[in-house]
Amino acid sequence: MNRHLISAADLSLDDAVAILDTAEELARLAERPIPKLPTLRGRTVVNLFYEDSTRTRISFEAAAKRLSADVINFSAKGSSVAKGESLKDTALTLQAMGADAVVIRHGASGAPHRLARWVRGSVVNAGDGTHEHPTQALLDAFTMRRRLGRLEGLRVSIVGDILHSRVARSNVWLLRTLGAQVTLVAPPTLLPIAVDGWPCSVSYDLSSVLPGSDVVMMLRVQHERMSDAYFPSVREYRRRYGLDGDRMALLPDHAIVMHPGPMNRGMEIAAEVADSPRSTIVEQVTNGVSVRMAVLYLLLSGSRAPDESAVAGDTELVTAAELTATGAGSQVRVEVL
Amino acid sequence: MSAASGNRRSAATPAQGRWLIRGARPLGGPPADILIDGAVITGMAASGRDGRQLAAGADVTVLDASDLIALPGLVDLHTHLREPGREDAETVASGTAAAALGGFTAVHAMANTEPAADTAGVVEQVWRLGRQAGYCDVCPVGAVTAGLHGSQLAELGAMADSAARVRVFSDDGQCVSDATLMRRALEYVKAFDGVIAQHAQEPRLTQGAQVNEGEMSARLGLAGWPAVAEEAIIARDCLLAAHVGSALHICHVSTAGSVEIIRWAKSKGWRVTAEVTPHHLLLTDELAANYDPVFKVNPPLRTAADVAALRAGLADGTIDCVATDHAPHPAESKETEWSEAAFGMTGLETALRVVHEAMVSTGLLDWSSVADRMSVRPAEIGRLSDRAAGQHDMRHGCPIAPGSPANLVLYDAEPIRHVDPAAHASRSRNSPFAGLKLPGQVIATFLRGKPTVLDGRLAS
Amino acid sequence: MAGITSSAGPAATAGAAAPDTRAGAARAGKSVLGPDEIRRALTRIGHEILERTDGAGDVVLLGIPTRGVPLARRLAERLAETEGVRVPVGSLDITLYRDDLRLRPARTLGHTEVPGSGIDGMVVVLVDDVLFSGRTVRAALDALGDIGRPRAVQLAVLVDRGHRELPIRPDYVGKNLPTAKREVVRVLLTETDGEDSVTLAQLPEEEGR
Repeated sequence: MNRHLISAADLSLDDAVAILDTAEELARLAERPIPKLPTLRGRTVVNLFYEDSTRTRISFEAAAKRLSADVINFSAKGSSVAKGESLKDTALTLQAMGADAVVIRHGASGAPHRLARWVRGSVVNAGDGTHEHPTQALLDAFTMRRRLGRLEGLRVSIVGDILHSRVARSNVWLLRTLGAQVTLVAPPTLLPIAVDGWPCSVSYDLSSVLPGSDVVMMLRVQHERMSDAYFPSVREYRRRYGLDGDRMALLPDHAIVMHPGPMNRGMEIAAEVADSPRSTIVEQVTNGVSVRMAVLYLLLSGSRAPDESAVAGDTELVTAAELTATGAGSQVRVEVL
Repeated sequence: MSAASGNRRSAATPAQGRWLIRGARPLGGPPADILIDGAVITGMAASGRDGRQLAAGADVTVLDASDLIALPGLVDLHTHLREPGREDAETVASGTAAAALGGFTAVHAMANTEPAADTAGVVEQVWRLGRQAGYCDVCPVGAVTAGLHGSQLAELGAMADSAARVRVFSDDGQCVSDATLMRRALEYVKAFDGVIAQHAQEPRLTQGAQVNEGEMSARLGLAGWPAVAEEAIIARDCLLAAHVGSALHICHVSTAGSVEIIRWAKSKGWRVTAEVTPHHLLLTDELAANYDPVFKVNPPLRTAADVAALRAGLADGTIDCVATDHAPHPAESKETEWSEAAFGMTGLETALRVVHEAMVSTGLLDWSSVADRMSVRPAEIGRLSDRAAGQHDMRHGCPIAPGSPANLVLYDAEPIRHVDPAAHASRSRNSPFAGLKLPGQVIATFLRGKPTVLDGRLAS
Repeated sequence: MAGITSSAGPAATAGAAAPDTRAGAARAGKSVLGPDEIRRALTRIGHEILERTDGAGDVVLLGIPTRGVPLARRLAERLAETEGVRVPVGSLDITLYRDDLRLRPARTLGHTEVPGSGIDGMVVVLVDDVLFSGRTVRAALDALGDIGRPRAVQLAVLVDRGHRELPIRPDYVGKNLPTAKREVVRVLLTETDGEDSVTLAQLPEEEGR
C-alpha cells in the first residue's frame, strides 16, 4: 500500500500531515553545519526525467543526497530514450540496476502508473502530463502552513490554465484532504468540463475572489494556448486574469501569493507582485527540498512492504457481475482491482 | 453439460459431407435434429423418433448437441484483419480462425490496411486470402475515399464489380468529415445497392482525444473525446442520407445521444442502420483509471448511462446489430503510455459471450433476437442474405431450416470461465475482458456444411 | 495506487499521552520506582552533574524523545533550584540515525531542538529514560557529530537495565535494574503519561524489542 506516491488524491489526511510534519523536522537540517543525514545510505534513487526540468530534478537530487542516497540521473535527451527506447524497456533497465526509487517526470499522463507495473521499487511522480504533481502540492501546502500557521479552513484561490495543469489537480485533491477551501479561477475554456464534480468552487472573475482569499496561487499560462482558441490574446488574458499591483491590493493584509514556477512575468503575474513580500515563490523552492526529503524518507527508509500489486503480467480477475448491473437503465458499476 | 464430456460430440473420422446434429436447440427453442448434406441443411425434425428417421440408414456423422443452442452462423459487419500491411498484429488466416472460434461464418474486413483497400486489386487480394484460409467468408469493405485521406472518392464501382463484390464502403478509422464528399458517396453507391458505413467522429472536436470527455478525462488529465463529436456527424449524415435517398450505416455507436438521433431518423422512415460493439455494451470509461491502454479504443468507452442506452437501443432494434470492431494490436503498441498506445480491442472470440452476459443474462434479448442481431440483420445490411456466387450459395443470416446453407454455430450457454487471451487464436492479446468471468462457449461452427470448429477447437 | 501511510512510532509531541498496547500489559507488572524514588534519583543525578562538571557552567542537556525530553527539563530545573545555574535544555531526535530503520515501516520523526548556544565546546549531557542495548545512544552520538563538536559527551539515564550490545556506558544512573531480555521496563512520566512510575513486566512470547 505504501510503495508509491503517484497522486495527491491517494494521500489520506494522516499521510499528508505525516509528510508535512516530517518535512518540518527535516527543514531544520539546512541550518546545521553538516546538512546531511545517513538515513538512506545504500539506497539508489533514479531521476527519470523525460521532460526538461532542471529545477525539479535538482530539488529531488538535493533531497536524495542530503539523506545520503545514491542518485542516478537519467534524462531523455541524448540517451537511449531519445533513440526510441520504450518506457517499459527503460523501466526494466532501471530495475536491473537496482533502483530503490524512481522519480519520474513525463509528458504523458499516466506514465508513472505504467512504470509502477514494471519496477519493484517506489515510484514518485514528479509530474505526468496534465495529470498530477503531488510533491508540488505538498510543498505548496507546507509553504501555506508555515506562512499562515494553518491549513484547515484556509481559503485558497488557484488561477490560470486549470484544464492543462497537473499542479492544479494535485492541489485541489490535497487541499481538500487537508481541510482548506479551494476556488478555481479561469476563463470557461480553461476549465475541465466535469469541474462541477470537483470538491471546489469555480469563478470566472478574479477580482471578486481576491478579497476573500488567504492564498492566491497563480499558474503558468502558455502563449501557445492562444493558437487553439482558448483565449483571444495575451492582452485580454492578462487584463482579465493577470495578477498585477492593483489586483494585489485587493488581497487581505495577511494573504500570500504563490506560483509553482516557471513564471511568465507580465502574463499571469506582474513583476511587482512576484517580487513583493507577499510572494512565496523563492521559499517554495527551498521548501521543495524538505518536502521531497520527507517523501523519500517515508517511502524508502522503512522495511519493504510485501509486493501486493502488479509486476508485469498480473491479470486482475473480475467477475462480470462486478462490472455490470442487470437490466436496461440501471447504473453500470465498474470495479477494477 | 460440462466440456469434459465433449468427446461424445465429434466422431473420429467424419463421413464425407453428411452431419446429423442431434438434440440442438435452434434459437434456444425445443431440441431438434438437423441434417446437413454437403453445403445445405436438408432436414430438420423435433428430436426423438422423427429425428432418427432423418438419417435412417445413411452414412452420416452424428454430433451430439444436447442442450447446445443452435444459431445461424454469426456475421460480423466490422472487423480489422490487418492484412495486407500489419501482419504482425493479425493476418486473414489468424483473424478468420479467431472469427470461427467466435461462431462467425462471415466477416467484413475493414479497409484501413496498408495499402488501403481502395482498389479492386486489394479487395480481391483480401477476398482470396479469406477463401484460401477457409475458416469463414471474408467480405472486404471498400474505402470510401482514396487512401482514406477524405478528399477524393475511391473507385467504388470497380470494387463493387470485382470478384469481392464489395457492397459496404467505409473509411473506418477515419471519419468522412467533409459534408460534400459524404453526400457524393451516399449518392454514388445507389447505383449498385451499396451502403456507406460512417465512422462518426468530428475531427476538429477530437484532436488528440484519448478518453471519453467527462469526469474521468478531467481527473486523469487526458484529452477528452466528447459525445457531441459523434452525435453531430450522425445527425448530419442521417439528414444527408434522407435528402439523397440513400442507405447509411453507422459504425460502433457509443453514446446515448447517438441512439436517440438514430431512433428519430428511423421514425422518419429513413434508411439508417446502426451497429454497436460488445465492449460498448459492457464496459465504461472508469476502467481507464489505471491508464492501462488495453481499455483505449475509438470511439472510447463511455459512461454507465451510455451503456444502458445502448443496451436498450439494441433491445428495441434502434441499433440493428452487434459488430465486433475487432482491432488487434501487437504488444508494444499497448504496453506503453496511454497517449502513445494504439486504439482498439480484440473481440471476435469473446463477442457472443459478451452479448450473452450483457443482453441475455439481463433479460433484454432472447436467443432468437441474438440470432437476429448477430446474424440476420448484419447479413441483410452487408447484402449477404440473398446472394449466390456461381454454384455456391453464398448467403448468410438465413433461418435454420431445410434449404438454407449450412452455416451454423452450436453454443453451450452453461459454463462460466475466465477469458484468457493467451489462448486466443488471434495473433494479438489486447482483450479488455482478460481475466473476466463470462458465460458460454462456442462448441462448433459450420461453414456451408464444413465444420471449422469442433469441440471448442479449430477443426483441422 | 496509494502513497504513504504514517507509521507506528513514539508520539512526537510532548505532553500528549502515548497510548501503548504494551503499557496495559506492563501495568500489571511490578513497580520498580515510585514517584518519590524518581524524584530523589533525579535530585541525586543533578548533584552528580554539578560535581563532575565543576558547576555545570558549560553543560547542555539534550533529552532523547520521547521521555528523555521531560527528564532533561526536570534536571535543568533541579540545577536551577539547587545552584542557580541556568543550563540550556533541548531535544535530540535520533530516528534518522537509527541502525534498524529497514526492519520496520518508516517511523515518525521526533522533534529536535538544539538550544541557541549550540554545542560546540560544550559538555553535552544526553538524557534518556532507559538504557538497554546502547544503540539509541550510538545514534545520538552520530547525530551530535553532524551538529557540532562538543568538548565532551556524557550520558544520564533514569534506568540502566543491562544487556548492552555496544561499548556504551552511562555517566549518571538513577537506578541499576538487572532484567531478563524478555522483560519490559515501562517508564511513565507525568508530562507524557499523567503519572510517574517505572514498572517491570513479562512480555508475551511474540513481542520483542
